[in-house]
Amino acid sequence: MISRFRVLPAYYVFLVVLLYLPLMVLLLFSFNDGTALSFPLRGFTSDWYEGMLANGQLLGAARNSAVVGIGVSTVATVLGTLAAIALVRYKFPGKTLFLMVAVTPLLVPFLILGVALLILFSALDVDRSLLTVGAAHVVVAIPYTVLIVASRLVGFDRNLEEAAYDLGASFPYFLRRVLVPLIAPAMLAAWLVAFTVSFDEFVLASFTIGREPTLPVFIFGQVRFANRFPQVVALASVVMILSLGLVLLAQRLQSAWTRR
Amino acid sequence: MSGPSVELVGVSKRYGEVLAVDDIDLAIDEGEFFSILGPSGCGKTSTLRMIAGFEFPTSGSLRINGMETAKVPANRRNVNMVFQNYALFPHLSVKENVAFGLRVKGMEASVIDQRVAEALAMVQLDAMHQRKPGQLSGGQQQRVALARALVNRPSVLLLDEPLGALDQKLRKEMQFELKRLQREVGITFIYVTHDQEEALTMSDRIAVMNHGRVLQVDDSANLYDRPVTKFVASFIGTSNFLPGRVVGVTDDLAEFEVADVGVIRARPVAPLSEGAMALLMIRPERLRLAAPAHNDNSVEGVVEESVFVGNDVLHMVKLKDGTVFTIRDQNLGPEARTAVKIGDSVLVSWSPAAAMIVSD
Amino acid sequence: MKGSGVRWALLLPPGLVLLVLFVVPVLMMVVTSFRPDLRGGPFAWGWEPTIEHYQSVIQGGDFLPLLWTSARVALLVSFLACALAYPVAYYLAFRLGRSTALLLTLLIIPFWTSYLLRMIAWKIILGSNGALNSFLSFLGLTDTSAPVLLYSRSAVVVTLIYVWLPFVALPIYAGLLRIDRSLLEAAADLGASRFQAFRKVTLPLSLPGVIAAFVMVFIPTVGEYVAPILVGGTRGALYGNIIEILFGDGINWPLGSALAMLMLVGVFALIVIAARVLRVGRLIEAVER
Repeated sequence: MISRFRVLPAYYVFLVVLLYLPLMVLLLFSFNDGTALSFPLRGFTSDWYEGMLANGQLLGAARNSAVVGIGVSTVATVLGTLAAIALVRYKFPGKTLFLMVAVTPLLVPFLILGVALLILFSALDVDRSLLTVGAAHVVVAIPYTVLIVASRLVGFDRNLEEAAYDLGASFPYFLRRVLVPLIAPAMLAAWLVAFTVSFDEFVLASFTIGREPTLPVFIFGQVRFANRFPQVVALASVVMILSLGLVLLAQRLQSAWTRR
Repeated sequence: MSGPSVELVGVSKRYGEVLAVDDIDLAIDEGEFFSILGPSGCGKTSTLRMIAGFEFPTSGSLRINGMETAKVPANRRNVNMVFQNYALFPHLSVKENVAFGLRVKGMEASVIDQRVAEALAMVQLDAMHQRKPGQLSGGQQQRVALARALVNRPSVLLLDEPLGALDQKLRKEMQFELKRLQREVGITFIYVTHDQEEALTMSDRIAVMNHGRVLQVDDSANLYDRPVTKFVASFIGTSNFLPGRVVGVTDDLAEFEVADVGVIRARPVAPLSEGAMALLMIRPERLRLAAPAHNDNSVEGVVEESVFVGNDVLHMVKLKDGTVFTIRDQNLGPEARTAVKIGDSVLVSWSPAAAMIVSD
Repeated sequence: MKGSGVRWALLLPPGLVLLVLFVVPVLMMVVTSFRPDLRGGPFAWGWEPTIEHYQSVIQGGDFLPLLWTSARVALLVSFLACALAYPVAYYLAFRLGRSTALLLTLLIIPFWTSYLLRMIAWKIILGSNGALNSFLSFLGLTDTSAPVLLYSRSAVVVTLIYVWLPFVALPIYAGLLRIDRSLLEAAADLGASRFQAFRKVTLPLSLPGVIAAFVMVFIPTVGEYVAPILVGGTRGALYGNIIEILFGDGINWPLGSALAMLMLVGVFALIVIAARVLRVGRLIEAVER
């Protein structure tokens, strides 16, 4: 019995190492002096990182993803918050239906959604662009934002609203000074989740993209170009480190907030 | 100011099929500590919420300081409430919680600071103003809730079972605190509770409610000595009842026929007509386990149980018709204790003045 | 304060967005699947609805087997991912100690990095000039001619399991956390060994979390077409690839829509079954209240 319980931690370590291995390999090769990504390693170079910084297309794609990500997060968080407030605090006919529709984008493979949106945009004669990518991402981010904010609202003390009125507040004042401050951490979490969903998203983007690529679309296109690929790997490493940092930051914020 | 501070006339509240408040009249005087007492579901909280403005009466008139306010929303009334679970804003400090109502009105910062300091001093929480509600104990939170309400200088303060979450000892302390506070501030307090001892301790007058109706409004002594109905009599303190019929009325006394006892004279709390069915009510401490003296009435029974409760001894005596009487005997020490054993046949007697006739 | 105007003002923006960008496109896709062709453009009228596309899918030899294969791949990936993640989730859920949150985060972080890149990483590792092959030949274990594992259906399966593994651990972990520990103590009290307690108490009670995880991997994987492109080669193509081609170079939107509809129906059938099992109905009732 004791041996089984030493097995589990060992298994954990094994799995985590396995998960990080390819990422480490990528990181390793981003410093490799040579375009062939194979052993033995040739030599250490930071050429690829320098090349990456000079590669306008690459940086442009990264910037596009960031811009789209910020736009999508903000819109999805606002829409999700509105929907969450309506769902949790009000009665209305068709509530279940609305909830199901709000959550269903999570249950549809992105391929199908991408294809459907392609049909829509062509029917409406809308040119595909970063805007259409943003629109697609908002749809799949809304389920997350609604659920995150709604779960915070469910635990919200009803009496606080009455207390605010008792003290003379109007509904807008209550929203501004009581409700929103209290759900702000959830809204922030929703924002971060929506950003993550959008920044890394490839399938929907590839169906709704116009001329300006987002980062995943760009990366996918560069896979074939071996001589430029290491730059992509370099960027990938940077993005990886950055998102690691972002996640750790979010964790810090979360625990700091709950300690308050 | 003349006239009552809060007045309800013919007020009813219906929630769908349920009639929570059934045509009640209340007149609460200015500066009074007024309690609404009753079991859960009796309509006391609905009544309080209508005075606060969170619900509007289905019918009837509600006047605060002489002005009709039945349909005025809560945030426009000069009335403040202390909630049962305090409802302190968790993201605001104690100071900001208390200042909330003042900030809504857009008062100057210096005025706000001063009034908040006064309010916190009044509830003895001056040192806590930077803390958040989550860092306070239940009793402290409760006082913040009080300060937050009182700082707005309302004409009426409403309290919705505020002491329910506190332990016994703290509750007793807070009861005296609240009474003292009310006298100091001088405004009308309307207090809702299901705890009769609490109501009796603190209130100038009490309204007893049940099933949406107001059964009696009186001060503690009168409620105890002269309850109008069986419900009020049993809700406030303990009572013993003997059913019977009115066979004659003279002045303020009635001839009351009770089975196994005969016709006795007793005082009806509310006027009764001849032939009415009613109940004879006697408090446990007015009964004696002894042979009847002079004018006393008495009844036979068998001792079922004797319970020692510190300063008293309670005897349960089963009468011939199956009713169990509770007799409270003062504990005057082991020597003076009545030598009563379980199974003894005894006579339970009382003086005629000790009994009242109440309606069912 | 509780005016009905407020609730509609709240619902309108998200409702409109969901309607226009989700409900309508899917409906349009349904309609398109019944069109013979796209002559006259997307809004043309006067065409005869036809089920020829559905017929060619069901009766033709290629599509259904591929759908079935893709479903099998998705099932395999989901099953293996859940099976491999379960012990880790179990370890974290039953572990005492303060750094559990950190260990969990460590596990999840790879998921927060680009899945595209993680797939490309595997492509690099598995390729003929890739890390694995060159490493093995460097050690003298193999020659550099044939790529080990790459460009096959197995490569697709392995890559997908790798991509989804960290994600799958979360719902299983959450489900295991929710199990009342006193139940296990009761089992021990009644004489069960640790393994028996696991088999009779923990495992069954953890199933809702596992099923949730399973569904959360299965659905995206059914429509997966990127992994086949990167690491699947010609033998690793999946149902999703056909749809992608039909909407890309091999333009045949109606046929593609029909294929997509079939996949959608299959996925929804699975969701309904899973929802029954997970008793989602009660959750919705709770929200309604």
